[in-house]
Amino acid sequence: MATQTDILNDLAAIVEDIAGVDAADVQLDKEFIGDLDVDSLSMVEIVVAAEEKFGVRIPDDEVKNLKTVGDAVNYIDKAQG
Amino acid sequence: MSLPPTATGAQHTAILGLGVYRPSLVVPNSEIIEAIDSSDEWIQQRSGIKQRRFATPEETVQMMSVAAARTAVERAGLDMAQVDGVVVATVTHLMQTPAVATLIAHELGLDRPAAFDISAACAGFCHGVALASDMIRGGSAKYVLVIGVERLSDILDLTDRGTAFIFGDGAGAVVVGPSDEPGIGPVVWGSDGEQSDLIRQREDWRDVIASDNPRMPHLTMQGNAVFRWAAFEMAKVAHEALDRTGITVDDLDVFVPHQANMRIIDAMARSMKLPDHVAIARDIAEQGNTSAASIPLALDRLIEDGEAKSGDTALLIAFGAGLAYAAQVVTVP
Repeated sequence: MATQTDILNDLAAIVEDIAGVDAADVQLDKEFIGDLDVDSLSMVEIVVAAEEKFGVRIPDDEVKNLKTVGDAVNYIDKAQG
Repeated sequence: MSLPPTATGAQHTAILGLGVYRPSLVVPNSEIIEAIDSSDEWIQQRSGIKQRRFATPEETVQMMSVAAARTAVERAGLDMAQVDGVVVATVTHLMQTPAVATLIAHELGLDRPAAFDISAACAGFCHGVALASDMIRGGSAKYVLVIGVERLSDILDLTDRGTAFIFGDGAGAVVVGPSDEPGIGPVVWGSDGEQSDLIRQREDWRDVIASDNPRMPHLTMQGNAVFRWAAFEMAKVAHEALDRTGITVDDLDVFVPHQANMRIIDAMARSMKLPDHVAIARDIAEQGNTSAASIPLALDRLIEDGEAKSGDTALLIAFGAGLAYAAQVVTVP
Protein backbone atom coordinates (compact mmCIF):
# COMPACT_ATOMS: atom_id res chain seq x y z
CA MET A 1 0.00 0.00 0.00
CA ALA A 2 1.44 3.34 -1.04
CA THR A 3 1.92 5.86 1.77
CA GLN A 4 1.05 9.54 1.34
CA THR A 5 4.79 10.22 1.03
CA ASP A 6 5.07 7.71 -1.84
CA ILE A 7 2.13 9.35 -3.58
CA LEU A 8 3.61 12.81 -3.07
CA ASN A 9 6.96 11.73 -4.50
CA ASP A 10 5.42 10.12 -7.57
CA LEU A 11 3.09 13.06 -8.11
CA ALA A 12 5.97 15.51 -7.77
CA ALA A 13 7.84 13.64 -10.50
CA ILE A 14 4.78 13.89 -12.79
CA VAL A 15 4.40 17.63 -12.12
CA GLU A 16 8.08 18.16 -12.84
CA ASP A 17 7.88 16.17 -16.06
CA ILE A 18 4.79 17.92 -17.42
CA ALA A 19 4.94 21.47 -16.04
CA GLY A 20 8.70 21.85 -15.58
CA VAL A 21 8.34 22.62 -11.85
CA ASP A 22 11.23 21.41 -9.65
CA ALA A 23 9.94 18.29 -7.87
CA ALA A 24 11.33 19.59 -4.55
CA ASP A 25 8.90 22.53 -4.76
CA VAL A 26 5.89 20.24 -5.05
CA GLN A 27 4.84 20.24 -1.38
CA LEU A 28 1.49 19.38 0.19
CA ASP A 29 0.54 22.99 0.97
CA LYS A 30 1.34 24.36 -2.50
CA GLU A 31 -1.48 25.37 -4.86
CA PHE A 32 -1.04 24.04 -8.39
CA ILE A 33 -2.20 27.22 -10.11
CA GLY A 34 -1.33 29.90 -7.52
CA ASP A 35 2.04 28.64 -6.24
CA LEU A 36 3.41 26.25 -8.87
CA ASP A 37 2.22 28.21 -11.93
CA VAL A 38 0.59 25.11 -13.46
CA ASP A 39 -2.00 26.23 -16.02
CA SER A 40 -5.32 24.47 -16.56
CA LEU A 41 -4.18 22.49 -19.62
CA SER A 42 -1.08 21.22 -17.80
CA MET A 43 -3.40 20.32 -14.94
CA VAL A 44 -5.38 18.11 -17.34
CA GLU A 45 -2.16 16.40 -18.43
CA ILE A 46 -1.08 15.91 -14.82
CA VAL A 47 -4.47 14.39 -13.97
CA VAL A 48 -4.30 11.95 -16.89
CA ALA A 49 -0.72 10.95 -16.01
CA ALA A 50 -1.74 10.52 -12.34
CA GLU A 51 -4.68 8.32 -13.34
CA GLU A 52 -2.29 6.03 -15.20
CA LYS A 53 0.39 6.05 -12.52
CA PHE A 54 -1.92 5.45 -9.55
CA GLY A 55 -4.64 3.39 -11.26
CA VAL A 56 -7.42 5.77 -10.18
CA ARG A 57 -10.11 7.74 -11.99
CA ILE A 58 -10.21 11.52 -11.47
CA PRO A 59 -13.35 12.89 -13.19
CA ASP A 60 -13.36 16.39 -14.73
CA ASP A 61 -15.80 17.59 -12.05
CA GLU A 62 -13.36 16.57 -9.34
CA VAL A 63 -10.32 18.30 -10.84
CA LYS A 64 -11.49 21.77 -9.84
CA ASN A 65 -11.53 20.67 -6.17
CA LEU A 66 -7.87 19.68 -6.31
CA LYS A 67 -6.45 23.11 -5.51
CA THR A 68 -3.38 22.07 -3.54
CA VAL A 69 -0.94 19.22 -3.94
CA GLY A 70 -2.29 17.92 -0.62
CA ASP A 71 -5.85 17.81 -2.05
CA ALA A 72 -4.58 15.66 -4.92
CA VAL A 73 -2.56 13.35 -2.68
CA ASN A 74 -5.57 12.86 -0.37
CA TYR A 75 -7.87 12.20 -3.31
CA ILE A 76 -5.51 9.62 -4.82
CA ASP A 77 -4.95 8.00 -1.42
CA LYS A 78 -8.73 7.61 -0.85
CA ALA A 79 -9.43 6.52 -4.44
CA GLN A 80 -6.83 3.78 -4.11
CA GLY A 81 -8.78 2.55 -1.06
CA MET B 1 -36.29 -9.38 -60.43
CA SER B 2 -32.77 -8.72 -59.27
CA LEU B 3 -30.96 -5.63 -60.50
CA PRO B 4 -27.98 -5.82 -62.86
CA PRO B 5 -24.59 -5.96 -61.08
CA THR B 6 -23.36 -2.65 -59.66
CA ALA B 7 -20.33 -1.09 -61.29
CA THR B 8 -17.13 -1.32 -59.29
CA GLY B 9 -14.47 1.31 -59.35
CA ALA B 10 -10.73 1.62 -58.90
CA GLN B 11 -8.93 -0.83 -56.63
CA HIS B 12 -6.80 1.91 -55.09
CA THR B 13 -7.13 5.66 -54.57
CA ALA B 14 -4.78 8.52 -53.79
CA ILE B 15 -4.69 12.25 -53.22
CA LEU B 16 -3.63 13.58 -56.62
CA GLY B 17 -3.38 17.31 -55.94
CA LEU B 18 -3.58 19.81 -53.08
CA GLY B 19 -4.49 23.49 -53.11
CA VAL B 20 -5.18 26.03 -50.38
CA TYR B 21 -6.42 29.57 -49.88
CA ARG B 22 -5.17 31.68 -46.99
CA PRO B 23 -7.36 34.75 -46.51
CA SER B 24 -5.78 38.18 -46.67
CA LEU B 25 -6.39 39.69 -43.23
CA VAL B 26 -3.56 38.75 -40.88
CA VAL B 27 -4.77 39.23 -37.30
CA PRO B 28 -2.00 39.12 -34.65
CA ASN B 29 -2.79 38.38 -31.01
CA SER B 30 -2.37 42.08 -30.24
CA GLU B 31 -5.66 42.71 -32.07
CA ILE B 32 -7.54 40.04 -30.09
CA ILE B 33 -6.38 40.60 -26.51
CA GLU B 34 -8.24 43.76 -25.53
CA ALA B 35 -11.74 42.30 -25.90
CA ILE B 36 -10.81 39.27 -23.78
CA ASP B 37 -8.59 41.11 -21.28
CA SER B 38 -5.64 38.88 -22.11
CA SER B 39 -2.08 39.10 -23.40
CA ASP B 40 -0.04 37.84 -26.34
CA GLU B 41 2.03 35.77 -23.91
CA TRP B 42 -1.07 34.14 -22.35
CA ILE B 43 -2.48 33.20 -25.77
CA GLN B 44 0.82 31.78 -26.99
CA GLN B 45 1.33 29.80 -23.81
CA ARG B 46 -2.19 28.35 -23.92
CA SER B 47 -2.38 27.64 -27.63
CA GLY B 48 0.87 28.32 -29.49
CA ILE B 49 -1.06 30.76 -31.68
CA LYS B 50 0.76 33.94 -32.76
CA GLN B 51 -1.69 35.11 -35.38
CA ARG B 52 -4.67 33.91 -37.39
CA ARG B 53 -6.19 35.01 -40.67
CA PHE B 54 -9.70 36.38 -41.09
CA ALA B 55 -11.49 36.55 -44.43
CA THR B 56 -12.64 39.87 -45.86
CA PRO B 57 -16.30 40.20 -46.96
CA GLU B 58 -15.17 39.33 -50.52
CA GLU B 59 -13.40 36.18 -49.35
CA THR B 60 -16.55 34.10 -49.02
CA VAL B 61 -16.75 30.37 -48.37
CA GLN B 62 -17.42 29.90 -52.07
CA MET B 63 -14.64 32.22 -53.25
CA MET B 64 -11.97 30.62 -51.01
CA SER B 65 -13.12 27.13 -52.00
CA VAL B 66 -12.96 27.87 -55.72
CA ALA B 67 -9.45 29.29 -55.40
CA ALA B 68 -8.17 26.27 -53.44
CA ALA B 69 -9.95 23.83 -55.79
CA ARG B 70 -8.46 25.38 -58.94
CA THR B 71 -4.96 24.89 -57.57
CA ALA B 72 -5.71 21.32 -56.49
CA VAL B 73 -7.10 20.32 -59.90
CA GLU B 74 -4.21 21.99 -61.72
CA ARG B 75 -1.62 20.27 -59.53
CA ALA B 76 -3.39 16.94 -60.08
CA GLY B 77 -2.83 17.50 -63.82
CA LEU B 78 -6.53 17.17 -64.59
CA ASP B 79 -9.03 19.13 -66.62
CA MET B 80 -12.00 20.50 -64.70
CA ALA B 81 -14.27 18.42 -66.95
CA GLN B 82 -12.86 15.22 -65.43
CA VAL B 83 -14.02 16.07 -61.89
CA ASP B 84 -17.33 14.32 -61.23
CA GLY B 85 -17.74 14.78 -57.50
CA VAL B 86 -17.50 17.70 -55.04
CA VAL B 87 -17.66 17.13 -51.28
CA VAL B 88 -17.46 20.23 -49.11
CA ALA B 89 -16.82 20.00 -45.38
CA THR B 90 -17.83 23.17 -43.55
CA VAL B 91 -19.89 24.48 -40.65
CA THR B 92 -19.72 28.13 -41.65
CA HIS B 93 -21.60 28.32 -44.93
CA LEU B 94 -24.39 30.37 -43.39
CA MET B 95 -26.95 29.65 -46.12
CA GLN B 96 -28.42 26.36 -45.00
CA THR B 97 -29.62 25.47 -48.45
CA PRO B 98 -28.59 24.91 -51.19
CA ALA B 99 -25.30 23.18 -50.46
CA VAL B 100 -22.34 25.43 -51.28
CA ALA B 101 -20.80 22.45 -53.12
CA THR B 102 -23.24 22.99 -55.99
CA LEU B 103 -22.31 26.69 -56.29
CA ILE B 104 -18.60 25.88 -56.17
CA ALA B 105 -19.03 23.20 -58.85
CA HIS B 106 -20.91 25.63 -61.04
CA GLU B 107 -18.32 28.38 -60.66
CA LEU B 108 -15.56 25.87 -61.49
CA GLY B 109 -17.45 24.96 -64.66
CA LEU B 110 -17.84 21.29 -63.79
CA ASP B 111 -20.21 19.15 -65.79
CA ARG B 112 -23.11 18.22 -63.46
CA PRO B 113 -21.01 16.52 -60.75
CA ALA B 114 -22.41 14.94 -57.60
CA ALA B 115 -22.03 17.88 -55.20
CA PHE B 116 -22.98 18.08 -51.54
CA ASP B 117 -21.84 19.41 -48.15
CA ILE B 118 -21.00 17.37 -45.08
CA SER B 119 -21.19 18.51 -41.48
CA ALA B 120 -18.48 16.97 -39.33
CA ALA B 121 -16.96 20.19 -38.01
CA CYS B 122 -13.21 20.05 -37.40
CA ALA B 123 -13.25 16.36 -38.42
CA GLY B 124 -14.82 17.19 -41.78
CA PHE B 125 -11.79 17.00 -44.04
CA CYS B 126 -10.79 13.44 -43.11
CA HIS B 127 -14.45 12.38 -43.36
CA GLY B 128 -14.51 13.85 -46.87
CA VAL B 129 -11.32 12.08 -47.94
CA ALA B 130 -12.68 8.74 -46.68
CA LEU B 131 -16.00 9.29 -48.41
CA ALA B 132 -14.36 10.33 -51.71
CA SER B 133 -12.05 7.31 -51.63
CA ASP B 134 -15.01 4.97 -51.08
CA MET B 135 -17.00 6.69 -53.85
CA ILE B 136 -14.17 6.05 -56.29
CA ARG B 137 -13.53 2.48 -55.17
CA GLY B 138 -17.26 1.84 -55.32
CA GLY B 139 -17.52 3.11 -58.88
CA SER B 140 -19.78 6.07 -58.04
CA ALA B 141 -17.26 8.70 -59.11
CA LYS B 142 -13.78 8.94 -60.62
CA TYR B 143 -12.24 12.25 -59.55
CA VAL B 144 -13.62 13.89 -56.42
CA LEU B 145 -12.77 17.32 -55.06
CA VAL B 146 -12.75 17.35 -51.26
CA ILE B 147 -12.82 20.85 -49.85
CA GLY B 148 -12.47 21.89 -46.21
CA VAL B 149 -13.45 25.53 -45.79
CA GLU B 150 -14.39 27.81 -42.91
CA ARG B 151 -15.11 31.42 -42.06
CA LEU B 152 -15.16 30.89 -38.31
CA SER B 153 -14.73 34.63 -37.80
CA ASP B 154 -18.44 34.87 -38.70
CA ILE B 155 -19.52 32.75 -35.74
CA LEU B 156 -16.85 33.79 -33.21
CA ASP B 157 -17.71 35.69 -30.06
CA LEU B 158 -14.66 37.96 -29.88
CA THR B 159 -15.38 38.65 -26.20
CA ASP B 160 -15.30 34.94 -25.21
CA ARG B 161 -11.99 34.11 -23.52
CA GLY B 162 -12.44 30.43 -24.36
CA THR B 163 -12.68 30.73 -28.14
CA ALA B 164 -11.88 34.24 -29.42
CA PHE B 165 -8.15 33.67 -29.79
CA ILE B 166 -8.34 30.16 -31.20
CA PHE B 167 -10.16 30.20 -34.50
CA GLY B 168 -9.46 31.52 -37.99
CA ASP B 169 -10.55 31.28 -41.62
CA GLY B 170 -9.28 29.51 -44.73
CA ALA B 171 -9.78 26.78 -47.31
CA GLY B 172 -7.99 23.67 -48.49
CA ALA B 173 -8.86 21.29 -51.30
CA VAL B 174 -7.62 17.98 -52.62
CA VAL B 175 -8.49 15.89 -55.64
CA VAL B 176 -8.97 12.22 -54.81
CA GLY B 177 -8.77 9.81 -57.74
CA PRO B 178 -7.84 6.29 -58.85
CA SER B 179 -4.26 5.14 -58.36
CA ASP B 180 -2.07 2.15 -59.26
CA GLU B 181 -0.78 1.98 -55.69
CA PRO B 182 -2.78 2.44 -52.47
CA GLY B 183 -2.40 6.12 -51.52
CA ILE B 184 -5.22 6.39 -48.98
CA GLY B 185 -5.34 3.87 -46.14
CA PRO B 186 -8.40 2.59 -44.29
CA VAL B 187 -10.23 5.24 -42.28
CA VAL B 188 -10.70 4.90 -38.55
CA TRP B 189 -13.64 7.10 -37.62
CA GLY B 190 -16.40 7.44 -35.11
CA SER B 191 -18.35 9.73 -32.83
CA ASP B 192 -19.35 10.23 -29.21
CA GLY B 193 -22.63 12.11 -28.98
CA GLU B 194 -22.61 11.87 -25.21
CA GLN B 195 -20.07 14.70 -25.32
CA SER B 196 -22.01 16.78 -27.86
CA ASP B 197 -22.18 19.73 -25.44
CA LEU B 198 -18.43 20.29 -25.41
CA ILE B 199 -18.25 22.18 -28.72
CA ARG B 200 -21.43 23.56 -30.22
CA GLN B 201 -23.44 26.46 -31.56
CA ARG B 202 -24.63 28.44 -28.52
CA GLU B 203 -28.33 28.24 -29.40
CA ASP B 204 -30.78 27.01 -31.97
CA TRP B 205 -31.78 29.44 -34.77
CA ARG B 206 -35.42 29.32 -33.58
CA ASP B 207 -34.30 30.53 -30.15
CA VAL B 208 -32.30 33.30 -31.80
CA ILE B 209 -35.34 34.51 -33.70
CA ALA B 210 -37.61 34.27 -30.65
CA SER B 211 -35.14 36.34 -28.61
CA ASP B 212 -35.79 40.05 -27.86
CA ASN B 213 -32.18 40.76 -28.72
CA PRO B 214 -31.27 38.46 -31.62
CA ARG B 215 -27.57 37.82 -32.17
CA MET B 216 -25.38 35.32 -33.99
CA PRO B 217 -25.51 31.95 -32.21
CA HIS B 218 -21.78 31.84 -31.58
CA LEU B 219 -19.51 28.86 -31.19
CA THR B 220 -18.91 27.73 -27.59
CA MET B 221 -16.38 25.26 -26.28
CA GLN B 222 -15.40 23.64 -22.97
CA GLY B 223 -11.68 23.82 -23.59
CA ASN B 224 -10.28 21.64 -20.80
CA ALA B 225 -12.65 18.73 -21.44
CA VAL B 226 -11.93 18.93 -25.17
CA PHE B 227 -8.21 19.03 -24.45
CA ARG B 228 -8.42 15.86 -22.38
CA TRP B 229 -10.38 14.01 -25.05
CA ALA B 230 -8.30 15.24 -27.96
CA ALA B 231 -4.84 14.88 -26.46
CA PHE B 232 -5.31 11.38 -25.08
CA GLU B 233 -8.23 9.60 -26.76
CA MET B 234 -7.19 10.78 -30.22
CA ALA B 235 -3.65 9.46 -29.82
CA LYS B 236 -5.27 6.00 -29.51
CA VAL B 237 -7.29 6.57 -32.69
CA ALA B 238 -4.12 7.67 -34.48
CA HIS B 239 -2.42 4.42 -33.49
CA GLU B 240 -5.44 2.46 -34.66
CA ALA B 241 -5.18 4.11 -38.09
CA LEU B 242 -1.52 3.03 -38.29
CA ASP B 243 -2.44 -0.52 -37.22
CA ARG B 244 -5.22 -0.75 -39.80
CA THR B 245 -2.78 0.37 -42.49
CA GLY B 246 -0.19 -2.16 -41.28
CA ILE B 247 2.54 0.34 -40.42
CA THR B 248 4.09 1.79 -37.26
CA VAL B 249 5.20 5.26 -36.20
CA ASP B 250 8.67 4.38 -37.51
CA ASP B 251 7.26 4.17 -41.06
CA LEU B 252 5.78 7.67 -40.89
CA ASP B 253 7.38 10.71 -42.49
CA VAL B 254 4.74 13.27 -41.60
CA PHE B 255 2.10 13.76 -38.89
CA VAL B 256 -0.70 16.18 -39.73
CA PRO B 257 -3.18 16.41 -36.87
CA HIS B 258 -6.08 18.84 -36.95
CA GLN B 259 -4.59 22.18 -35.89
CA ALA B 260 -6.74 22.61 -32.79
CA ASN B 261 -4.19 23.87 -30.28
CA MET B 262 -0.40 23.54 -30.13
CA ARG B 263 -0.71 22.02 -26.66
CA ILE B 264 -2.94 19.25 -28.06
CA ILE B 265 -0.46 18.63 -30.89
CA ASP B 266 2.43 18.43 -28.39
CA ALA B 267 0.54 16.15 -26.00
CA MET B 268 -0.54 13.84 -28.86
CA ALA B 269 2.99 13.62 -30.24
CA ARG B 270 4.31 12.77 -26.75
CA SER B 271 1.63 10.23 -26.07
CA MET B 272 2.12 8.61 -29.52
CA LYS B 273 5.90 8.44 -28.97
CA LEU B 274 6.60 9.76 -32.47
CA PRO B 275 10.24 9.32 -33.50
CA ASP B 276 12.29 12.47 -34.14
CA HIS B 277 12.36 11.98 -37.91
CA VAL B 278 8.58 12.52 -38.22
CA ALA B 279 7.75 16.08 -39.32
CA ILE B 280 4.85 17.45 -37.27
CA ALA B 281 2.50 20.06 -38.72
CA ARG B 282 2.38 23.22 -36.59
CA ASP B 283 0.60 25.60 -38.94
CA ILE B 284 -1.65 26.68 -36.06
CA ALA B 285 0.97 29.22 -34.91
CA GLU B 286 0.38 31.32 -38.05
CA GLN B 287 -3.12 30.28 -39.05
CA GLY B 288 -5.12 29.58 -35.88
CA ASN B 289 -7.61 26.72 -35.78
CA THR B 290 -9.43 26.67 -39.12
CA SER B 291 -11.61 23.62 -38.39
CA ALA B 292 -12.28 21.64 -41.60
CA ALA B 293 -9.59 23.59 -43.50
CA SER B 294 -6.76 22.99 -41.04
CA ILE B 295 -5.32 19.69 -42.31
CA PRO B 296 -4.90 20.65 -46.00
CA LEU B 297 -3.57 24.08 -44.94
CA ALA B 298 -1.09 22.46 -42.55
CA LEU B 299 0.04 19.87 -45.10
CA ASP B 300 0.53 22.59 -47.69
CA ARG B 301 2.70 24.54 -45.23
CA LEU B 302 4.90 21.49 -44.58
CA ILE B 303 5.41 21.00 -48.31
CA GLU B 304 6.15 24.72 -48.80
CA ASP B 305 8.71 24.61 -45.99
CA GLY B 306 10.38 21.51 -47.45
CA GLU B 307 9.47 19.38 -44.42
CA ALA B 308 7.21 17.08 -46.47
CA LYS B 309 7.57 15.95 -50.07
CA SER B 310 5.63 14.02 -52.68
CA GLY B 311 5.58 10.31 -51.88
CA ASP B 312 5.96 10.76 -48.11
CA THR B 313 3.75 8.72 -45.80
CA ALA B 314 1.52 11.01 -43.72
CA LEU B 315 -0.90 10.31 -40.89
CA LEU B 316 -3.92 12.62 -40.90
CA ILE B 317 -6.23 12.85 -37.90
CA ALA B 318 -9.15 15.22 -37.49
CA PHE B 319 -11.43 15.63 -34.48
CA GLY B 320 -13.97 18.10 -33.20
CA ALA B 321 -17.58 18.92 -32.45
CA GLY B 322 -19.87 15.92 -32.19
CA LEU B 323 -17.65 14.73 -30.84
CA ALA B 324 -16.54 13.26 -34.17
CA TYR B 325 -13.20 12.02 -35.42
CA ALA B 326 -11.55 10.42 -38.46
CA ALA B 327 -7.99 9.36 -39.23
CA GLN B 328 -6.19 7.80 -42.19
CA VAL B 329 -2.71 7.31 -43.58
CA VAL B 330 -2.13 8.91 -46.98
CA THR B 331 0.68 9.39 -49.44
CA VAL B 332 1.61 13.06 -49.86
CA PRO B 333 0.70 14.16 -53.43
